[in-house]
Order: sequence, then structure tokens, then C-alpha cells
Amino acid sequence: MADQATKKMGDWGLGAGELERILSEAAKHKGESLWQDAWRRLKANRTAWCSLCFLALFTSVAFLAPLLPLPSPVSLDLQIEPQPPVAPWSQFGRGGFSPEYWELSGLDQAMVRGRVAIFDDWQTAAWLGTDAKGRDILSRIVWGSRTSMLVALAAALCSLAIGVTYGALAGYLGGAVDNLMMRIVDVLYSIPFIFVVIFLITIVNEYRTELEDHYGINREVIFYLVIGAIYWLTMARVVRGQVLSLRHAEFIDAARQLGASTARIVFVHLVPNVLSIVIVYLTLTIPAVMLFEAFLSFLGLGIEPPKVSWGLLAVDGSEMVNPVRIYWWLVVFPAAAMGATLLALNLVGDGLRDALDPKLRGQS
Amino acid sequence: MLRFLVRRLMWFAITLWVVVTISFFLMRGVRGGPFDGERVLNPAIERNIQARYHLDWPQWKQYLQYIGPFNLDEQGLEVFGGDASDPFSGVLVGDFGPSFKYRDFTVNDIIGQSLPISASLGIIALLWALLLGLSTGIASALWRGSRTDVVLRLAATGGIALPNFTVAGMMVILFVFLMPLLPVAGYGTWRHLVLPGFALGAPFAAYISRLTRTGMLEVLSHDYIRTAHAKGLPRHTVILRHAIRGGLLPVVSYLGPATAGILTGSLVIERIFAIPGTGSHFVNSALNRDYTLAMGVTILYTVLVFTLNALVDLIYTVLDPRILLEES
Repeated sequence: MADQATKKMGDWGLGAGELERILSEAAKHKGESLWQDAWRRLKANRTAWCSLCFLALFTSVAFLAPLLPLPSPVSLDLQIEPQPPVAPWSQFGRGGFSPEYWELSGLDQAMVRGRVAIFDDWQTAAWLGTDAKGRDILSRIVWGSRTSMLVALAAALCSLAIGVTYGALAGYLGGAVDNLMMRIVDVLYSIPFIFVVIFLITIVNEYRTELEDHYGINREVIFYLVIGAIYWLTMARVVRGQVLSLRHAEFIDAARQLGASTARIVFVHLVPNVLSIVIVYLTLTIPAVMLFEAFLSFLGLGIEPPKVSWGLLAVDGSEMVNPVRIYWWLVVFPAAAMGATLLALNLVGDGLRDALDPKLRGQS
Repeated sequence: MLRFLVRRLMWFAITLWVVVTISFFLMRGVRGGPFDGERVLNPAIERNIQARYHLDWPQWKQYLQYIGPFNLDEQGLEVFGGDASDPFSGVLVGDFGPSFKYRDFTVNDIIGQSLPISASLGIIALLWALLLGLSTGIASALWRGSRTDVVLRLAATGGIALPNFTVAGMMVILFVFLMPLLPVAGYGTWRHLVLPGFALGAPFAAYISRLTRTGMLEVLSHDYIRTAHAKGLPRHTVILRHAIRGGLLPVVSYLGPATAGILTGSLVIERIFAIPGTGSHFVNSALNRDYTLAMGVTILYTVLVFTLNALVDLIYTVLDPRILLEES
């Protein structure tokens, strides 16, 4: 074989050494996949890159919250009124930490033990002030970010799973099935969902003890499922549109000729090809879900105390708005944390869309 | 056109039926009734109340009673048309029955009192969102890349990112306590509606601003705009006459979802500003298990959203004749 190839190269007027040279040169050039290309473009987009770094920082702070020398987010220190922020340079830290939390998972408990081992009872001063019950705002914002981010991520993934499956199946099956499936989506679109959600959550609340005892489902899991069950609609539409344009592509025909099953074609061949647009929608769904969590917490249907989420913080803040004294730190800091995170998520989403699909650049 | 309307209406009827049926059975299926309280009622009294609201009937019978003007007394199903002694005459003729919690009111009374308040709040919010969104969007498209554009775009993205009750809290601190211009809460004069209207409309203003900017930029790059400039029309004529019409199409199609969003957002805003609108009734009724009131409000909002969406689609075809109704 090798001899033949060399002979052929000779016929084309290339020396024996030429082939090796060409091959080694080809090996030096690495192909660039769609993802590498997108990653490069995302890095070039300064706004999106800064937002991504900010989010990465914020997520790691949220994850490591039990290890940080923050005051407990729930330990009460009853004062006459909320204490204003203390600048870090006038008082940096103080003692008197007590490890009071709600029921934590094993990993978090281990981190809390680590924190006590490292910092003992030293904790930061109330840099962002305290609320009406003397709880530290900074600590509550950081612990709240854990809840809010988890809720948002879990609910967005839930909507992703439903939406992608539904949309891809509708697009691939086509015809009457597609028509019916998309009609159902249209109908669901026209229902004011907030009402349905409020119904569902009040109803589930009636049965929560049974659910918790028998199935180990707590209120937060229900929350993810309910939100996920609403936000899949747009995802389904988008995925269906993409799949519709792909279903007569040659590689799909080839897969069908080779006898692949519908499930295999949809999940192995079609879904990876619509992943880019799915990721973009995911980054835009997460902020929407966070807002929704805040909204439900405001109405008293979301996360329950003693746990804390950004929605609850915003509620606490707006309840303390009164004409006697202005506790601005109760409103401004939680809003700033939430606003910055949602802004960063939106900007990353826009950047990702530009990076993955340069045709759409500049459109919003 | 007619075919479009008929088709829409058909889907509307189906949707409404599904919403009514599912929520009816969900609400009745739940444990705990509207008359459960701290105090245990005398069984006789309880039986009386149950009988008055027909809660002692089998569910299918309650359902039929709720849906239509069927007179389902002990005689049977044959007699159509509600009679005066019967508190229910049915959703089909627009009667949502008596409220379970506010014993002396019917759901229609409560909605009739609160809807005008919610509607005026919603209209103010929508007008405000349109005014602010369109003007900033157009400005930012015309001065593309300038500092104004960057600031406006950042503000718009921020406006989308903040929940409306936070906006409301900040507005109250600014305009009520620091600069005592407006009342804190309540309902009565137009001044009571300024802050709630603003807070409710803010996120939508931000989104409209983004849509307008994109739409205007797209239109401004077309040949016919260059032609208009080339034949010597003044700049404002080109923009107001030629560009806006095409540039605003995305905004028109967003009006349907925006209205639905404003209706939803008013649940929170009405609560913050203590405005006695329909939204606050809904939340309370769901928590109080006031079945009839909660369902009445749900049905009302479904109808509103549906009608507005159909209206938006109609306006859309007037603005852009290339779009056929059949496709949508």
C-alpha cells in the first residue's frame, strides 16, 4: 500500500520526502470545532466575558458560603431597629459567631465544620447592615444566592428536558402529530400561567406532609417541577423550528436508511445539532426563573423562612419601606445583587448567541 | 379574515373549557373546604351552608351547574334556564356565582368593583411603557454607538433584570420619602396611580426599548430609506413617516405578551400599593379557597389575554400586509 502511494505521488511529480512533509504540515493545523470557534468569539466579546467571569466568581462564592467567615444568616440579634452598614475599614470583624443554620446537607455541614476550625468564632462585621431582626444582610445575600441559583438552575434544566424532547419529537415526526403538538403549545401559551401556578402551589401545600413523608419530595422540588413545566413552551417552539429544518438533511436520511430508531435519530443525531440555540435559551430562561421565584416568594408561595432567597430578601426590604425611617440598605443591596446577577446572565446569553450564531449578531 | 376569526374563536372556546374544567376539578378535589375555620361548626349549620352552595351534590352535578344555565334541582336535568331562587345561573351566561368568602357578594359584584381599578392601572402602565420604550428605543437607534446609546441600552437591560417590586421600593424611597411628591399607597386620585403605573410598566418599557432599537436599525438600513433621503426629504419626515412604520412591527407583536405580563405583574404591585384591584383579590381568593372567586378571575384574565392577542394579530396585518392571517 505504502509503495503504491509513493509510486502515485511520484507520478504526480512529488518526491518521496514530499508526502511526509505535507502530512506533517497538515498535522500542525488543527481543525477548529464549532465550540472552540464560539469560545474564541465569546472571549473576544469584552462585555460577555466580564459577565461570565463575574458569574463564575459569584457562583463560587455562593458554593463556598459555609466556608466563609460570614455571620450566620439566621441567628437573631434583637435590636430596636435595623443597623446601618459598617464600613470594613472602620470595623473589619468581630467575634461571637454561632453556627446556626437551617437543616444543611452533609457537604455543607462539613464546610461549616471547616469554617469553625479555620476562623473559630471570628466573623465579618455587618458591612451591609442588618435587617429588622438583627440578621446580617451580606450573609443573607450570599446564602440567598445559593437558594436562588439552585432553584433557577434546576427549574431551567427541567424546562430544558421537557422542551427539547417535546420540540424535537414534534419537529421530527411532522405532519398531523406536529400540528396537534404545536396546537397544544399554542393553547397553553394563551393561558395566564401565574394563576395556574398559584393554584397548583396552594393545592400542593395541602398535601405537603404526605409528599414529604412518602416520596421525599419537599416544597422546593415541587417548585422546580412546576416552574419547569411552564417555561418549556418557548424552548419547545425553538427546538421544533430547528429540527424542522434539519429533518430532511442527508445525515438524517442516512441514519434512517441504516435502520436507526426514532428515539435514536432524535436524541443522538438531532438534539446535538440544536444544542447551540438551546444553550442560548437556557441562559435567558435562568434569569426569567429567578424573577419568577422572587415573584412567588413575594406572594408567600415560594421559598419559606428560615431559608432565605433573593426573593424573600427583596420582600423583607420592601416591607420595611416606611415613612418613619428609611432603611435604604434593606432595599438597595439585595436589589443590587439580584440586578447584577440577572444583568450578567442576560449579557452572557446575548454574547453566547452572537458567538454561536454570527448571523444573528446585533439583533436582540 | 372571517375564517381567521372563526378559527380563533373555536380554539378560544376549547382553551376556556379546558381551563374551567381542570381548575374546577382541581379545586374541588383538594382537601379542605372554603368553610373550614378555627371554629368547628355545628353539623346542622354546616349541612345548611353546604346545601346552599350545592357542595353536597356529586361533583359532575356541581360542574354542570357551574358551567351552564341548567336548572339541576331534584326534579332532574330536563329543565333549561336558571330560576331566580337558584344562586347559580352559569358561566356560559357570564354568571360566576356567589363568592364563598365574601358571603354577601357575588363574584360578578367583586369583579365589577375591582376591574375598573385594575384596568386603569394597567392602561397607565402600558401607555407609560410604550412612551418611554419607544422614545428611548428610537433615540438609541438614531444615535447608534454614541454614549447615549450605551447608557440607554444598559438601562434597558437593567430594567429587564430587576423585579418590579424592587423598582417599586426604590421609587417609593425616592419620590415619597426623599422628595415628598406622591402618596405612599391607596387608591383615589390620579396621583395614587403614578408610582404603581411606573413600577408596573418599567420592565416592559425596557423590553420595548430593545425591540424598537433593533427594529429601527434593521429598517434604517433598507434601500427605501436611502431613497427617501436621496429625494431630499427632511430627516424627521424620513424617520416619522417611513422608518417608524416598519420599525415598530416587532413592538406591535410584543403588545399581546406585554399586556398579559402587566396583568400578572399587577398581582404584586396592587399588593404593595394597597390598591383594591382584581389581582389582589385573586391571590387572597386562592389562599382562602374561595373557589368561585378564584375561578372567576382566572376565566376573566384568560379571556382578556386571548382577546388582546387576537386584536394584536389583526393590527399586525393592517401594518404589514405581507403577513397572512392564516399562517399565524
